[in-house]
Amino acid sequence: MLGIEGLSPETISGLLDLSESYIPQNQSIDKRRDLLTGRTVINLFFENSTRTRTSFEVAAKRLGADVINMDVATSSVKKGETLLDTAMTLNAMRPDAIVVRHSESGAVNLLSQKVNCTVINAGDGQHEHPTQALLDALTIRRRRGTLEGLLVAICGDIMHSRVARSNIHLLQIMGARVRVVGPPTLMPTDIDKMGVEVHYNMRTGLKDVDIVMMLRLQTERMQGSFVPSISEYFRFFGLDSEKLKVAKPNALIMHPGPMNRGVEIDSEVADDLDRSVIHEQVEMGVAVRMACLDALIGGRRNAMGAAA
Amino acid sequence: MSGNVRRGAAPHTGSTAFINARIVDPTADAEYTGAILISDGKIADFGPNLFASGAPYGIESVDCRGLHLAPGIVDARVHTGEPGEEHKETLESAGIAAAVGGITSLVLLPDNEPPFDDASLIEFVARRARQVKLANMYAYGALTVGLEGQHLAEMGLLAEAGAVAFTDADHAVGNAQVMRRALYYAKAFDALIVHLPQEPSLSGGNMTSGVMATRLGLSGVPPLAEVMMVERDIRLAEMTGGRVHLTKISTAESVKAIASAKARGLKITCDTAPPYFALNDLAVGDYRTFGKLVPPLRAEGDREAVVEGLKTGVIDAIVSDHRPQDQDSKRVPFASAEPGGVGLETLLPISLELVHNKHLTLPQLFQRLSAAPAQLFNLPGGKLAKGAPADLVLFDSDYAWQVDRDDLWSKTKNSPFDERPVQGLVMATIVGGRTIYRHDNFTPAAAAA
Repeated sequence: MLGIEGLSPETISGLLDLSESYIPQNQSIDKRRDLLTGRTVINLFFENSTRTRTSFEVAAKRLGADVINMDVATSSVKKGETLLDTAMTLNAMRPDAIVVRHSESGAVNLLSQKVNCTVINAGDGQHEHPTQALLDALTIRRRRGTLEGLLVAICGDIMHSRVARSNIHLLQIMGARVRVVGPPTLMPTDIDKMGVEVHYNMRTGLKDVDIVMMLRLQTERMQGSFVPSISEYFRFFGLDSEKLKVAKPNALIMHPGPMNRGVEIDSEVADDLDRSVIHEQVEMGVAVRMACLDALIGGRRNAMGAAA
Repeated sequence: MSGNVRRGAAPHTGSTAFINARIVDPTADAEYTGAILISDGKIADFGPNLFASGAPYGIESVDCRGLHLAPGIVDARVHTGEPGEEHKETLESAGIAAAVGGITSLVLLPDNEPPFDDASLIEFVARRARQVKLANMYAYGALTVGLEGQHLAEMGLLAEAGAVAFTDADHAVGNAQVMRRALYYAKAFDALIVHLPQEPSLSGGNMTSGVMATRLGLSGVPPLAEVMMVERDIRLAEMTGGRVHLTKISTAESVKAIASAKARGLKITCDTAPPYFALNDLAVGDYRTFGKLVPPLRAEGDREAVVEGLKTGVIDAIVSDHRPQDQDSKRVPFASAEPGGVGLETLLPISLELVHNKHLTLPQLFQRLSAAPAQLFNLPGGKLAKGAPADLVLFDSDYAWQVDRDDLWSKTKNSPFDERPVQGLVMATIVGGRTIYRHDNFTPAAAAA
């Protein structure tokens, strides 16, 4: 699983259905099954990420797999080993799946060419973060029943966001309409050619939307290179209850985390129990990752077809 | 490819006649069936009527059997790893690849380790070329010390040592004052300055800006990074009266700007390389690092404009932009990969696509590949003329084959054209009358009469 781009609506629906089936298990007292007993999953994170790595680890363990977390910061990668040498070394240990996060776009695709086990993209540079898009879709589907026909605004640093790209693909494949909202300096070139509506103003961008997805703004991008200051960014592009007024009254608020309160989102809306589904997203994350592991290495590969 | 490269062949003496050839004469803009007579390494005579009544008696004759015979290619943009990175390419391995590619003269870029900002490096290259004895090898001098764009290199001393032009290779000179002084100073030596026009502050990305870069999540280089610099250089050339040659033109806007500068009578010339008229940014799809080049592969509209520029003559020359990179430089994530592609062996077959697609005639193509670069850099080859060096390429313009990186003679295999079906193959390469390469399919029967 390298990206959402190119997946069929049927594959995505199938993965979401399978994810849904894991929610009761995650909510029960006995959370462990032995579907993946004897399988080895390696979490290979070249970029720090506590939440995604933990989510994958929890997901794999709940299915009974053995999980190894590769702490790349102290490994041979730091000693100059190349990405492909690392990949081939791990491959020789015969894992069933490698979950990879890397700071460079395409690094996971490259690694997948050199190993013969399943590779799951846990985020590569500014390219894709497919399990995040799936968990967002699952969260929305559970609240709204369907993705089709919904109007979704993705707001903030679109340019540097793999979450935005995966969500744009997935939402459009599933029949939702997508707007991207943010300052022009954080819009990638020709983003409109990906079929989205572009807005530089939260008031027009959020008008009548069903879903508001906020993105994290990296601190290093707020100090004059892309936007002049944090306070200016928050004033014009941060989500607060005032800006939210133009959205549909029941619009859901989402954020992939970790949040910068007072930068891209106001605490008042982030903690609004009626509308913010930010914690539900984290919960769905585990279910979605269980479904991906199940579909890819759980022996149901044929049933899931192109999901691999 | 199967053939024989003959290193260190003895100097040509006596006379040899190449008969029954389709002769391509770029200077006369003509193509005809005829013969070329060479004597002691020089062209002695040529024409449609020469030996029309049969093979000459008493001298060696080579029956070309209707294959095309043209002035050897003069490739004005070649990087090798010697000195500094000999594991990527040596002057000898580049010489072999050039021989197989029909290239009889090449000009070496100065961005080696150390860079050619000292006369001793130019002399080193000349000495090694004499030892290798394949194509004629010339070298650029660095335009600025260390190619850093700050202090002028010793142009006069470098020129005296044999530097044929000055450039900072793939580094653009961002500082307009430095470029202005370089152009002024070069006038003292009537030196040609070759510049890659890319505004450095806009060129930090990994591929051309656009929806493809956005999809792949790669940082972009906008096409206007090129035309901004083209326009600056045009103004500086106009102001100083210096000779500037802009290299690797890749965008529609640049072609337009250069066309209007030429129309105003300015001394601006330019070239492009096969990737920019034969590929577009789709070749980067799925993070193919062999498609990572400087400047980056552009959109289809830009590619079409480059073809048009070659057709109208706004673009004067074609260079291979040969830049070998080893596995460690290319088998890494796209943003970390080194840019560049090998190009010596694909220069002619890819360029022949312009002829097969009816954009250029063969004489026009060899004007861009041989005659124009020789004239620009003031080199002796590149033309058919009595007394000119017998630097020739014999090729089958229709021979169909597929580029396979494993078959390349270059030391590294990073061809952006890997797996491309092409038409046209070199059958023999002749430098100073010496046949330095012969394809297995071409065995001159009855070589001596």
